[in-house]
Amino acid sequence: MSIDVRIPTILRSFTGGAKAVQGTGDTLADLLADLDAQYPGIKGRLITEEGALHRFVNVYVNDEDVRFHGGLDAKLNSGDSVTILPAVAGGAFAFAAAHALRR
Amino acid sequence: MYAVLTIDAEILEAIVAHARRDHPDEACGVVAGKIGSDRPERLVEMDNAERSSTFYRFDSMEQLRVWREMDDRDEEPVVIYHSHTATGAYPSRTDVSYAGEPGAHYLLVSTRDPELTEVRSFSIVEGAVTEEPVHVVNAAVDPHAVQKYLFGQSPTTVDYECPAGA
Repeated sequence: MSIDVRIPTILRSFTGGAKAVQGTGDTLADLLADLDAQYPGIKGRLITEEGALHRFVNVYVNDEDVRFHGGLDAKLNSGDSVTILPAVAGGAFAFAAAHALRR
Repeated sequence: MYAVLTIDAEILEAIVAHARRDHPDEACGVVAGKIGSDRPERLVEMDNAERSSTFYRFDSMEQLRVWREMDDRDEEPVVIYHSHTATGAYPSRTDVSYAGEPGAHYLLVSTRDPELTEVRSFSIVEGAVTEEPVHVVNAAVDPHAVQKYLFGQSPTTVDYECPAGA
């Protein structure tokens, strides 16, 4: 069981500079736990303290935004490809809290 | 290391035109360039999925497509730009906390004044904002063109109303 994971620039300090790594897991949550075991600390950048996927991190499984396909419970199969990209967002005013509630 | 944003006049004018067109919504996009070159070459206007006058976000699937395309072409996002439509061209607290591309120049354009467009560039790395001069190359011969822009070359001499720390 092997899943190809693409790592964005901003998280490559955890993977020793690697832009692609391998992981295992039956669900996205399991995969992130496996990645954290291999690269300690990386999970904290992807999952909030409440245990949800960080709102401004995009995770794609086989080119589908996992938000619409099960989130952390998304099922994974060997050979799947996971891509992580920090969302590009911002704006004039700090409405971050308001947007976090708008889920 | 002293950083500067070097950008073609044609690309900068297209960015400003995009910001004007979308005003009062914030406009956003990216300019790709060959990895390691620090030269922005290929402008990609992005849809602001928030369609807001105070917030912008790249649609997640569009971002995947564009980032994949850059990867295929050995490019990286050299410039990530967005506009502020009622405040100055300075990164807000939100801009700083969401800046996820440490190697990119974050270009801010303010369209709050209908005649004068403010254009400023910043490096945002781990919460630290450093302004950079904007060096425009291949400017058109029209001597009046440059006067329509206000560039913030030095933070100590430009007034802004919405500093990130406020």
